[in-house]
Amino acid sequence: MFAFAIRRLIQAAGVMLVVALISFLMFRFVGDPVNQLVGVDTTPEQRAQLREDLGLNDPVYVQFARFVGKAARFDFGISYQIKQPVAQLIASRLPATLELSFVSAIFALLVGLPMGVYTGLYRDTLLSRLFLAISLVGISLPTFLIGILLIFIFSVNLGWLPSFGRGETVSIGGFWTTGLLTRSGLVSLILPAITLGLFQMTLIMRLVRGEMLEVLRTDYIKFARARGLSRRAINFGHALKNTLVPVITITGLQIGSIIAFSIITETVFQWPGMGLLFLQAVQNVDIPIMAAYLLLIAFLFTLINFIVDLLYVAVDPRIRLGGTAG
Amino acid sequence: MPYFTGEESKARAGVAAGDTAGRGAFARMLDSDIWYSFRHSPLTIGAAIVSLILVLAALFAPIVAPHDPFDPASISIMDSFYPPVWSADGQSGFLLGTDDQGRDVLSTILYGMRISLAVGFASVLLAMMLGVTLGLVAGYVGGVTDTIIMRIADVQLTFPAILTALLIDGVARALAGPQAYDEIVFGVLVLAIGLSFWVQYARTVRGSVLVEANKEYVLAARLIGLRPVTIMFRHVLPNVLGPVLVIATINLALAIITEATLSFLGVGVPSTQPSLGTLIRIGNDYLFSGEWWITIFPGITLAILALAVNLLGDWLRDALNPKLR
Repeated sequence: MFAFAIRRLIQAAGVMLVVALISFLMFRFVGDPVNQLVGVDTTPEQRAQLREDLGLNDPVYVQFARFVGKAARFDFGISYQIKQPVAQLIASRLPATLELSFVSAIFALLVGLPMGVYTGLYRDTLLSRLFLAISLVGISLPTFLIGILLIFIFSVNLGWLPSFGRGETVSIGGFWTTGLLTRSGLVSLILPAITLGLFQMTLIMRLVRGEMLEVLRTDYIKFARARGLSRRAINFGHALKNTLVPVITITGLQIGSIIAFSIITETVFQWPGMGLLFLQAVQNVDIPIMAAYLLLIAFLFTLINFIVDLLYVAVDPRIRLGGTAG
Repeated sequence: MPYFTGEESKARAGVAAGDTAGRGAFARMLDSDIWYSFRHSPLTIGAAIVSLILVLAALFAPIVAPHDPFDPASISIMDSFYPPVWSADGQSGFLLGTDDQGRDVLSTILYGMRISLAVGFASVLLAMMLGVTLGLVAGYVGGVTDTIIMRIADVQLTFPAILTALLIDGVARALAGPQAYDEIVFGVLVLAIGLSFWVQYARTVRGSVLVEANKEYVLAARLIGLRPVTIMFRHVLPNVLGPVLVIATINLALAIITEATLSFLGVGVPSTQPSLGTLIRIGNDYLFSGEWWITIFPGITLAILALAVNLLGDWLRDALNPKLR
């Protein structure tokens, strides 16, 4: 187990280093950092001084090492457009994105799981067909279109739910703002969370359905039936329990995608999170924010993958940890 | 197993008797399992018909569209914000209403679909060529080349395609500058989407090549001294193309959606030559003032297009998968 964890950790570090290199190359060679930071009235001497101060005259590998060192301390320089430290900007936007992402993931799980179990148990009922049709639409419709349709129905026509922003937020401990404690914050969360979670919901539903269909065919289920166990005990105690390992894995892995896909949902709902910050950075060619966001997402993905890998081994003893594992 | 109608068994006999080449190929198509599964899936036939209609409508947009939305002489700001023809204030000339600049919504949709489909096809083609080539090389050459290509693929798989596309778009924007960017925007989009989808092809092709490379026809080709490039592209490639076709169809829907998403986010096609995504973004500003048709109709078109292509991809995947027969 320990050796497995170490090997995974080394692999993860390798991936992070490659992403850091891409991020550094963007930061250093796409546009001139000095030109971006100064105005037109800066003299050539001041420019040269700034160039020296930023260490841009050092060999490239020294600069890369310095970039990695700074990144490890969350120092990503200053935004070209907003003229504030990038780390500070991202930190102020992080709670909004994380709250939205986790609520979406929970929504996807709470709705997708029962739908999957139902369609797995009752394959040919009308409701099952309806669920499957919904899942097909959920996979085919682009996220932003789902968001627009929800806004059109629930905000414009019915006027039930707000269509943009986070509502009122409460500050916790000075570094985290939450919308989960106020009524307007919770109401504002509903539409974005559904929009963001719908794709994952259909994914979980299809996965659970497939797993259930497979498990219900196995001998131990037939044996449980023969023993005269109640349908409930068989379906939930035996069948569902054994489908949960892949479901937990996939859901875990999807949290990374949810955070990345929040770029789209945040744009539709003007949600003040990291995704919106990143998108504005792409539009305004604000390279430091782009580089930092890339690194952050890669870090989250690698971290989640790592945790899921370890959990997987911990939960399912059948997975062998031989020399070829990983 | 398929049963044979009279016509089919005649066709079968025709092939067996060694018909002329052209007739034989057609008969073989009618006799194939793929054609059989196609004819027996109403959903697939529907999806194919819808796809065909949409593609033809987009292709012949200049002929089909009732107006030319990009001809300044034919549009008038006086015509702006007409609702669809069936509502009280509708104008008979504008079936689905008009947008903020007085352009006919139906016509902008037809022209927009053209751009969406063109970018979609081009980026799938790019991803396919890149992925298939890299997969072939990785699988056939092996060794360090294989490791390098597949490690790059692994790292890229760490990110969702939309993020890769956004980053490529952002970098291109920075390198080109705002004016030049508008001129190369279509190229950038194709590049951004194409580069974010190549990994799947490379992995699939590499897997198939590893199997094919040990077969006797490859050994024979080596033995008679053919160059590796010839063996790879003339002999191995045709045998690994089946799965590639499936991925390409499913990717086409994804590529169209990705282009629409980028355009909706405001980093794609400019509003002077709008794609479906751009139209939805423009219309989105008017959703709250009641002019819903400007955004909803392009949205529905995009949804139908993506759904139809997706269904075709699903069918093709099942039809080409021998395990499911």
